[in-house]
Amino acid sequence: MFLLLKYTLLYTVVLMMVALGGMFSERSGIINIALEGIMVIGGLIGVIAIQLMPAGSSAAAIVICSVLAAAVAGMLYAALLAFASINLGADQTIGGTALNMLATALAMVIAKGFNGSASAKLEYSNRPFVYEIGPLTVNVFLFIGIVILILSYIVLYKTRLGLRLRACGEHPQAADSVGINVYKMRYIGVLISGALGGIGGMAYIIPSVSSWNFEVGVSGAGFLALAVMIFGQWKPFRICFAAVFFALFKSLANIASSIPAMAALGWTQNMYNMIPFIASMIILAFTSKKSRAPKAEGIPYDKGSR
Amino acid sequence: MDNKKTSLGGRLASSEAFLSVAASLICIVIGLLLGVIVLAIINAEHAIGDGLLVILQSGIKSPRNMGTVLANAAPLIMTGLSVGFAFKTGLFNIGAAGQYTLGAFGALYCAIVLQLPWYLCLLAAMVLGAIWGAIPGFFKAYMNINEVITSIMFNWIGLYMVNDIMYGKGQSPMYDLATTKTYSLRKVAQDAMIPSCGMSDHFGKLQSVTIAIFIAILFAVIVYVVLNKTTFGYELKACGFNKNAAQYAGINDKRNIILSMTIAGALAGVGAGLYYLSTVAEWNPQVSTALPAIGFNGISAALLACSNPIGTIFSSLFISYITVGGTKLSTQYYTKEIADVITALIIYLCAFSMLFRSKIRALLAGKTRRTGLGKGGND
Repeated sequence: MFLLLKYTLLYTVVLMMVALGGMFSERSGIINIALEGIMVIGGLIGVIAIQLMPAGSSAAAIVICSVLAAAVAGMLYAALLAFASINLGADQTIGGTALNMLATALAMVIAKGFNGSASAKLEYSNRPFVYEIGPLTVNVFLFIGIVILILSYIVLYKTRLGLRLRACGEHPQAADSVGINVYKMRYIGVLISGALGGIGGMAYIIPSVSSWNFEVGVSGAGFLALAVMIFGQWKPFRICFAAVFFALFKSLANIASSIPAMAALGWTQNMYNMIPFIASMIILAFTSKKSRAPKAEGIPYDKGSR
Repeated sequence: MDNKKTSLGGRLASSEAFLSVAASLICIVIGLLLGVIVLAIINAEHAIGDGLLVILQSGIKSPRNMGTVLANAAPLIMTGLSVGFAFKTGLFNIGAAGQYTLGAFGALYCAIVLQLPWYLCLLAAMVLGAIWGAIPGFFKAYMNINEVITSIMFNWIGLYMVNDIMYGKGQSPMYDLATTKTYSLRKVAQDAMIPSCGMSDHFGKLQSVTIAIFIAILFAVIVYVVLNKTTFGYELKACGFNKNAAQYAGINDKRNIILSMTIAGALAGVGAGLYYLSTVAEWNPQVSTALPAIGFNGISAALLACSNPIGTIFSSLFISYITVGGTKLSTQYYTKEIADVITALIIYLCAFSMLFRSKIRALLAGKTRRTGLGKGGND
């Protein structure tokens, strides 16, 4: 039971952070399909940062530095998407897809280069990130995730920045007419998603294992987060709820074989892995008529067009 | 003489085909240059001789390498056609990977379990791919859900489902415990192998060189004809350009969305059939936690070719060529994924191809205007 709770918390935090990142990008009007790639890059740089920390650094220093590194790496990578889709008006889905493909290839090249061998497997110590509270193992990303959730809500709904960001996603022409810099707002949206995606990638990789083979990237977690975002209707607390739902099934996939009652059901790991995707398709089918997707998402903003 | 040249420039500036090819070539050149920079960062000394030149030359160095390029290009052409066809009709088929997965299942099931001949296996691959393509089309047409989201979901559903069936807890009739992959067709189902017709003798006895490449080219020609020479193709494209206008003109847009996704799915499914029935590799249902790369590389092939079916043949050959080049990199200095980095960079640049096009057009048209003025003075 504690195992289930542990995994559910772990995946909830990951999916929620990345989905919140996607939310910021999409509420500003940019479809961010590159979340998967951003996670890979963030995770990779985070892991490398842990390794590069001088021996004897305090746990707090390691956590802060590596998480910051992951966030910055994610932002830089997301800036490539922002540049292509905001400055050059490129197709956002295509740009995002290219970045996903680039991320996995680049991560393997960097990981192998860093290892100096033909293996893309990096090893690290996740000791500083994990705490024992009673019988439950939690990781530091749980706290980061809760802070990010609350901050996201406040930023999006209670600040001027949030209001402007949302305006750019719904009706950029109207936003522009009252003096809001649409390009800047969209950059901010994409960069926030990069930072959250980067941290999310690290949160996915580090707490559960102490080595990661970058050949598999983050095995679809970014796409799952995309589904979480839609499931959560682009709203922070609903995204949190959706993340719990998705995480529960993802954890069941991991541990079903070790729980006798569930093993008796005879369901395979693949079936549990499939359920969140099928569930989100069903929900999408029923809610599509009143979908709250940002109206202007996916459309490049051109000052000149009316 | 001079006049002739400039009028050529003017004609080129207004030729969409020329602009597309030029823009793609620019993408390739810049992509390769960036690739050299990556190579230089990793190991500056060997960047050209052991890096770039290996990538660019290996594909034609030996008949065997050429065979590998062809064997890998055939399925890539199909997924490229799949994505390109959908693009032409205004849809983004990111689900080619999932349709390809289903196609692989169809082909391998018919081959290993049912022991059917290769053309029926290929047909099964096509049908399963078509079904997996039709689903997102249906969601798009009747529930107005973006096909990108649906395709991504069904990619993963398809992958988990196929892996589950093919592995079957190790009991599946398709799963070979000795190799931890599906059974090799060369051993258990030779009838299901696409015939080589003597092709492999020309390519260093490489068994996976089959007539698959010709099948793929045939499909490219068919897709070209359907899109450009038939009313059906015109209707599909009209829906892509402007759904409302097409509706107004009496075209059934819902039917067309489903049809074009179905056809796109069928093409991707055939791609998987060509790959697995040519015995390039076997499916590994246990480690496949990632979707097949050929599905996503199809997006690259389509973009590089500006979705032109005939262009897709060449872009697929090119991508296959540099991928094979990447595998020949000396592991002492570099890893083979550098080729993937270069391909991905080229695709990222393809997102800018509109910008490149307008720059080339301005460059060529600018020249014409200047000399055109002079000519006007003479007249």
